[in-house]
Amino acid sequence: MMKGIEQEISRGRRAFIKKVLGGTIAGSLLLVIPAGAMELDRIPEQIPGMRKEKGPFITGRKFAFIVDITRCIGCGSCCVADKNEYKVPDGNYRTWVERYVIDDHDNVYVDSPNGGLDGYQEPRRDLPHPVRDTFFVPKLCNMCEHPSCVQVCPVGATFQTEDGFVLIDYKRCVGCGYCVQACPYSVRFINPETKTADKCTWCYHRVRKGLLPACVNVCPVQARKFGDLNDHGSEVYKILHQPHVISVLKPDMGNKPSLHYVGLRREVV
Amino acid sequence: MSPEHGAAVATALTNYVFPNDLHVHWSLMIVLYPYITGIVAGAFIVSSLYHVFHIKSLKPVSRYALVFALAFLAFATAPLLNHLGHPERAMNMMLTPSPTSAMAGFGYIYSAYAVVLILEILFIYRPTLVALKKKARGGMKLLYGILTMGSDNLSPEALRVDHKITAFLAAIGIPMACTLHGYVGFIFGGVKANPMWATPLMPVIFLLSASVSGIAGIILSYVVIRRYTNKPIDMNCVRTLIKFLWGCFILDFVFEMLELFSHAYMATHHWEALRDLYLGPLYWSFIVAQVGIFSVIPFIALGILSLVKLSDKIVMKWGSVLSAMILIQVLLMRWNVVIGGQLMSKSERGHAVFHPGFFTKEGIVVSIIIMTLPVVFLWLLSKVFPFWLDDDPAVERQST
Ligand code: SF4
Ligand code: SF4
Repeated sequence: MMKGIEQEISRGRRAFIKKVLGGTIAGSLLLVIPAGAMELDRIPEQIPGMRKEKGPFITGRKFAFIVDITRCIGCGSCCVADKNEYKVPDGNYRTWVERYVIDDHDNVYVDSPNGGLDGYQEPRRDLPHPVRDTFFVPKLCNMCEHPSCVQVCPVGATFQTEDGFVLIDYKRCVGCGYCVQACPYSVRFINPETKTADKCTWCYHRVRKGLLPACVNVCPVQARKFGDLNDHGSEVYKILHQPHVISVLKPDMGNKPSLHYVGLRREVV
Repeated sequence: MSPEHGAAVATALTNYVFPNDLHVHWSLMIVLYPYITGIVAGAFIVSSLYHVFHIKSLKPVSRYALVFALAFLAFATAPLLNHLGHPERAMNMMLTPSPTSAMAGFGYIYSAYAVVLILEILFIYRPTLVALKKKARGGMKLLYGILTMGSDNLSPEALRVDHKITAFLAAIGIPMACTLHGYVGFIFGGVKANPMWATPLMPVIFLLSASVSGIAGIILSYVVIRRYTNKPIDMNCVRTLIKFLWGCFILDFVFEMLELFSHAYMATHHWEALRDLYLGPLYWSFIVAQVGIFSVIPFIALGILSLVKLSDKIVMKWGSVLSAMILIQVLLMRWNVVIGGQLMSKSERGHAVFHPGFFTKEGIVVSIIIMTLPVVFLWLLSKVFPFWLDDDPAVERQST
């Protein structure tokens, strides 16, 4: 009886993920059409007031990214959207989704085959004990307030903007890889095509035009949220100012991430 | 897995490596870089022992050590440039350095040190160069003319000034050599994200291993070159060098072990991952090779050579063998720190593996070529700067 129910649930979940995956891949393809290629004003502004900004940098805003791991279903849509947006070379990841499985012996198993790009369509079958708990954790640049990558870059190619983004000037980067070593979260890589450092930018080019990051847009369950903390009406402001279980990754590194996790578990590194 | 980096996941059930950590970005080139700068710093220290601390028995190698340092210094940046994704932008490090970067100072420290070393050589060799210039003709005469900086004045007064200058250069050269290599250690020691590197002991260990590799390089090359050219070997000098080698190696080895011991003793949440690293992918290169064979054996044997009265033949033979072992020990140490440190994923749940390519851009063949270049350059330098006092035309007149 119990077995039957379990099977039913897992079949349902698989079908759901498949549907979501199909749907959002189509969705994300739409979103990767460069914003400039379309008439920008025909696309509704997703971050209020952004298009009124004049200078090259955004001013008077404090952006935050929130990942709700209690919502993530591990469909991998965000990873697909990201790969399409940036043509990320295979084997390198600007964002990825990890799967955590905890068994009844308290062993923690983590995997992220192909960075979760294919979605988690099958449960892990290689574990010796019954599973007690499982969840997914999307990872991306933490946009640290005290970024180690900026600190170590010898030529200032990695820099922090006034609005708190940490970006790379691909024309200055010498490709030394020091920042790759220094980032505590391993979100950086040396792009084998450009031979420079590369990483998630929270889609600065989209944000600048009032659009949400590509991954936020495609997430079917709104596990990824992005917004301006100076806008007290924004969802991120509300979440961070309500009694949620919220934490950041590796707080003892002292990097002060602007990426927050709702429902973060102690097993997550 | 990316074939060009040769990294793959070690397949344990609980092994989880962050997807981007599968690439080992700092490859063999970054193993060679501290290795070469270490040899430079160490060789300079040998020369300073004579020029500044007046260890008279080291006179036979005091000038040679400087030229030896220069030969390696000339290629210290070669592995770095080969490693950079955009070497054509390398000068940006000096033109637009970022003051917070532990790497940005390298260009300055390296250049300043190069200037001091070259000046030191030119002043110490000036009487020799003047004498050689008189004998030389054609291109060599021109070269010696440039190297003597246009001054043939060898009056006692001029030589006294030379001597003052060299003493001053040697004196500021010591802190600079120490800075150069302590600093290289800090490039690693300052990476807080990597628990294997992030220890204040790192600069100390790098500096000590630098001294050790420099002294060992001098002993080995001195004995080999003198034997090969059928010239007598000054055993007093070799014995003194062996004593210094032993002394420095005691400190070096003890600090290396202390570092490991304090990780193990404090057993923070990093220790489990570090232990798995030492006992896993680094078992052969660290525990067996670096510690077991190439540290313990020289550690004991150098002690015996230094303390027991042994025949010249034995001291010479074993001194060279042990120096070669020490050079390997230091290379292994660089490998274990640079590559080993990157094998441990920042997930602290697993480690990648790394096999260097053979013919790749940063592979074994290129590494061998880069390590051969200083030796070839040293040979070229020997045509200009006589290494030894016994083939120096100016040696009678020289006061240094
Ligand atoms: S997560 Fe890494 S790459 Fe992103 S800002 Fe922080 S240190 Fe830099
Ligand atoms: S790889 Fe580029 S961005 Fe990273 S530290 Fe080096 S120069 Fe800076």
